[in-house]
Amino acid sequence: MSEMIIKNGYVFDPISGIKGDKKDISIKDGKIVDKVSNKAEVIDASGKTVMAGGVDIHTHIVGPKVNLGREMRPEDKLFRGDFRGGILKQGKRMEMGFSIPSTWKTGYSYARMGYTYANEAAMPPLLAPHVHEEIRDTPIIDVSAMPVFGNNWFCFEYIKNKEIENNAAYVSWLLNATKGIAIKIVNPGGTEAWAWGDNCVTINDPVPYFDITPAEIIKGLIETNEYLGLPHSIHLHGNNLGNPGCYETTLATLKLAEGFNPKNKFGREQVLHNTHIQFHSYKGDSWANFESGAKEIMDYVNSNKKITVDTGCVTLDETTTMTADGPFEYHLNQLNHIKWANVDVELETGSGIVPYIYDKNIKVCGIQWAIGLEIALYANDLMRVHLTTDHPNAGPFTRYPRVIKWLMSQKARDATLNTMKWKDKVIAATNLASMDRELDLYEIAMMTRAGPAKALGLSSMYGSLAKGADANIAIYDLDSAKMPSDPEMIESAFSNTIYTIKEGVVVVKDKKIVAEPHNYTLWTKVNMPENAQVMHDIKEKFTRNYTVNLENYAVFDEHIHNPRAIEVEVA
Amino acid sequence: METVTITLEKQPELYLECYSVTPDLFAGKSLAEIASLPAHEGKIAWKLGDFFKIEGKAGQTAADTKIVVNGNVKRMKRFGQQMTAGEIVINSDADMYIGGWMRGGKITVKGNADSFLGIAMEGGEILIEGDAQNHVGSAYRGDWRGMSGGLIRVKGKAGNDIGTAMTGGTIIIEGDVFIHVLTHAEGGTVIVKGDVEGRVGGQMVKGDAYIFGNLLYPLPGFKKIGTVEKEVDGAKYTFDQYIGDLGERKGKKKGEIIYGNIYMKK
Repeated sequence: MSEMIIKNGYVFDPISGIKGDKKDISIKDGKIVDKVSNKAEVIDASGKTVMAGGVDIHTHIVGPKVNLGREMRPEDKLFRGDFRGGILKQGKRMEMGFSIPSTWKTGYSYARMGYTYANEAAMPPLLAPHVHEEIRDTPIIDVSAMPVFGNNWFCFEYIKNKEIENNAAYVSWLLNATKGIAIKIVNPGGTEAWAWGDNCVTINDPVPYFDITPAEIIKGLIETNEYLGLPHSIHLHGNNLGNPGCYETTLATLKLAEGFNPKNKFGREQVLHNTHIQFHSYKGDSWANFESGAKEIMDYVNSNKKITVDTGCVTLDETTTMTADGPFEYHLNQLNHIKWANVDVELETGSGIVPYIYDKNIKVCGIQWAIGLEIALYANDLMRVHLTTDHPNAGPFTRYPRVIKWLMSQKARDATLNTMKWKDKVIAATNLASMDRELDLYEIAMMTRAGPAKALGLSSMYGSLAKGADANIAIYDLDSAKMPSDPEMIESAFSNTIYTIKEGVVVVKDKKIVAEPHNYTLWTKVNMPENAQVMHDIKEKFTRNYTVNLENYAVFDEHIHNPRAIEVEVA
Repeated sequence: METVTITLEKQPELYLECYSVTPDLFAGKSLAEIASLPAHEGKIAWKLGDFFKIEGKAGQTAADTKIVVNGNVKRMKRFGQQMTAGEIVINSDADMYIGGWMRGGKITVKGNADSFLGIAMEGGEILIEGDAQNHVGSAYRGDWRGMSGGLIRVKGKAGNDIGTAMTGGTIIIEGDVFIHVLTHAEGGTVIVKGDVEGRVGGQMVKGDAYIFGNLLYPLPGFKKIGTVEKEVDGAKYTFDQYIGDLGERKGKKKGEIIYGNIYMKK
């Protein structure tokens, strides 16, 4: 039916191994094909860079915690509410906010940067309906959400009793009930402990009243994940985040993956994805002697192919931190005294929100900024190291183009470093200033689309320009044969595509939103026989502990916006 | 200094947002260009020229530009918002957000001003010859950064929430104030020459409140530590000094704990 051909662009597609060759990309009926007829619409991309649509593996864009951030921070919209995007036919939409943008701004901004898929990083299962309502209101991009399991009472009990089959049955039931895509773990055990005013700061601290340790929770969930063969691995925000010296906890956590092998039909090769690893790579024992542990962390990550990470780069902005790691947010509020929200989600999880200013004139913030970039620059295999800012925790996702600029240009890094008040101390506490590595466009394509798609087990659909993939394409105004000497040009090219194509439809043209085609909610559907024991346990816990009835818990089918199920068969 | 006089010719049906009426936006512009600056009435975008007759001449820089506003602009908001220099004189009452986020220059209102006067102001001077309403020199809603510099003087009385989350600068209210003065403040000075109903300095970390009249309901988080003589607004007075808020976290400077102060005139 509808055909399109993108001609003469410099194509970067790590999934097919295309490294900037001049090549045509053919699209038919929303998919990439080998060739099209001569009636196809032609887009001339000569002298431009062509990549698959971007894939964000970890971002907080929809759901109750994001919305509480919006409610809590009217000042985030101050003087930032006058831009109206979208297409006129549907009435232009107000694009508001900076660190916690409106759903409309979220969808439009991702599309303008050439992203077509984003994975919401933490869905509280009980509040999944809110997540799906906001997915419905997020235009253009496909969205999936990961329910959190790391502080779930069911999982604690099954894992403690070594009932991996039962845990797997429960996980698949919850993925179905919440229409979630993968197993997210946030501060395993620590958020539950926080309900008692406590925390788990090493992987061996027992969780109060459960007699289980974070190490056991993580291993149990890896085993469960591979038993089920889910598309993505476990997605872990480990213990002791953000504290000086936490890199030791992180190394101990990463080593837990050593005993496991990936088992899935999706081409995923890792068993553990450690998210926003910048926040987990700190040396020193106080804020006074705080320094980078990026080298130690990345030496290990480079050596273990069963691990993927995303960077969580600090962008030096005023932003809003929000995580299911309740105790961390409390400690952050004790540092900055701004404002704090804390939520406990019954048997499942909790969360906290605190505004935060990463000020380039504060030494610690400068060091955090350097660590995020070091993570990527130390990486041997950028298919396993993905670009994120843990939006909005280390900075808003709209800063990805700036992070790309820093990664691609030592000159840009030096320029930022030179504006810092404690430049010398930042240089002394990190290795960034001595690193002359500059990533190329192929490596950026790995970090921003191919790698995340592969780690999510979705590389046959997303982050790829190979035949059969969704025709999600970004065309950037960058001539890879003569890259600009001014790094600002890199940032500006990645900020606004010339074209963004979503499933074969041009959605952004010349920096403007020109169409809002339908988008999908991705989720993982596990087909396995019903487990009578687990269904009995679920009924019992709902009767005894939950504030809602089991019948009212699961997300209704009509609540899910254009569901696209990734099916998994378990015998 | 050059002067631009804008005279109201037509009242808006709703309230008009006059965020464009600043020396910064007028400077270097012709009268026609000034007349085409935007103004909002609800969601309707107007031009200043749709409501005002514009006369005179703008200076080349903000500092060289004075704006005189004539006519009854009681239903016009945001005069002088974010201005950095120059002067505005309003010859009537004005509505909310006068001098909000102001960084320099001077605004005089010959009548009353409504709420959010000088919120998050960083510098400059505001003089209100009549009364002001609530949130004088406070933070924008949700924000933790109130007025940080400059001077606001209200010759009449003011409402609630004076200097909320203030971090610097001075607010002088020559009349009475109702409740909430310097709540959450981390600096700055508020001088009330009349009476205050109560709640002065709640959760104040740092800052100084001077109260010349009665404080009907003082907060329990403050403790009297002595009597001091201080010069305030050009004259010397004797005050009872109270420190607090004792329930709030406290900073230290050179080993000494920093308190917020309430000075009650004897």
